[in-house]
Amino acid sequence: MIHQFYKKGHYIVLDVDTSTLMTVDEMTYHLIEDFLQFDQNALIARYAPRYGEQQVKDAIVEIQTMIDKQLLFTDHRYDPAFYHGHDGVKALCLHIAHDCNLKCDYCFASQGDFKGERSLMSLEVGKKAIDFVIEASKHRKNIEIDFFGGEPLMNFDVVKGIVDYARKREKETGKRFNFTMTTNGVLLDQEKRDYLNDTMQNVVLSLDGRKEVHDRVRKTLNDKGSYDVISENILAMVKERGDKEYYVRGTYTKYNMDFSEDVTFLAEQGIREISIEPVVAKKDQDYAILKEDLPRILEEYDILLDKMIADYREQPEGSYRFFHYLLDLSNGPCVYKRLSGCGAGNDYLAVTPEGDLYPCHQFVGEERFKLGTLDTGLEQKEMSVAFKKANLLEKEDCQKCWCKYFCGGGCHANAYNFNQTLLKPYDVACEIEKKRVENALTLQIIKSEEH
Amino acid sequence: MKHIRIINQGNLSDIKNKGCGECQTSCQSACKTSCTVGNQQCQQSK
Repeated sequence: MIHQFYKKGHYIVLDVDTSTLMTVDEMTYHLIEDFLQFDQNALIARYAPRYGEQQVKDAIVEIQTMIDKQLLFTDHRYDPAFYHGHDGVKALCLHIAHDCNLKCDYCFASQGDFKGERSLMSLEVGKKAIDFVIEASKHRKNIEIDFFGGEPLMNFDVVKGIVDYARKREKETGKRFNFTMTTNGVLLDQEKRDYLNDTMQNVVLSLDGRKEVHDRVRKTLNDKGSYDVISENILAMVKERGDKEYYVRGTYTKYNMDFSEDVTFLAEQGIREISIEPVVAKKDQDYAILKEDLPRILEEYDILLDKMIADYREQPEGSYRFFHYLLDLSNGPCVYKRLSGCGAGNDYLAVTPEGDLYPCHQFVGEERFKLGTLDTGLEQKEMSVAFKKANLLEKEDCQKCWCKYFCGGGCHANAYNFNQTLLKPYDVACEIEKKRVENALTLQIIKSEEH
Repeated sequence: MKHIRIINQGNLSDIKNKGCGECQTSCQSACKTSCTVGNQQCQQSK
């Protein structure tokens, strides 16, 4: 399968199954479009009057060379039996606090409590989670623990206790723990920043962009905007982070469909690693992004691309990065990973403060998705199997889609929330993802040509 | 080649020694509400 598109003066061709990316001239672009439909004489007859016979013949030779090298029109189909997945769990999203010191309008965690009681994870439960994942990861060495909430810094001592315990168990077991945290920044004082800089492989800092955009939806408990409370802490953290990984991550809603303004606003504050994602919301919410908003949203991603190209040309070494415009084409994940997608329900589980296990953070609180507890282990085996089966090879829509190896089949929670099945991806998210990937590829091409 | 410029020569279909399962799960990065695996890195290449 191939995907062709024209963008920013480039005729771009992607061989989907090998992930080979190329740019071609206009004539070759059209020849590739028609290559499987017409024989060579017909192609020459069709295009020679416009481009010249020798030019067409030369291009046909080049196309055939690419085909012979198995870099164009490749067709690698994997039988569903090919994907077996991995046995065991290697990543946990620890809901260290089902409580929050903000009450953001769009919070999928229902202002931190995930539709349940407000609660904090105890150190005992945290230690059990570490023991559980050591056991459940089986032969795999690398384990990821994400401290999530609610707001994880509301339970900071337990975070520290869990990290200490995991480090101790690392020495005993030979496993390697990588820690990450997602925080709203309210409690991010110097002590906590120092600690996170020492221990966390990555920190995700929630900030939506411009003050008025942020304040409209991310509110303090007394209904004031939270921008002034958190921005100073987050900017200090970014500065102190040095070359360690971080993301300043925002959410865009119907209220700020000009979200490229928020990306550039964050960049102007000195933030280099930026992620802005569409809100996850039910259709009846004022701020929800709906299908009819798609043209505007897609246009905004193009505006963002223009801004990033301009920024790159101005400062090639110091330009900011946008999470969804980053693609590692040469060192990216293998096809197994791309088939498995996010790994929710198998590689990856969410753990509540009480020690209940769910496929991922977005399913927490949905009782029918509860997989078991840290004490019982994975009891609801059929549900884990259902998640494992919901891989790329089993999704009919994905099999036909050129973008499948970039999104891995999309978000299970989105699929379930909008289509009541894990097997049909959410089409609005698909359209957004396709636009982001096309723009990411275009940005790579421009960087590779101009560097 | 005069008409085709390769930006990335992909090897996605090469599955030899792949699938170790050691790489980061995608939601541990900056996603949390969507899914992108194409921008993850292979653990073996780190």
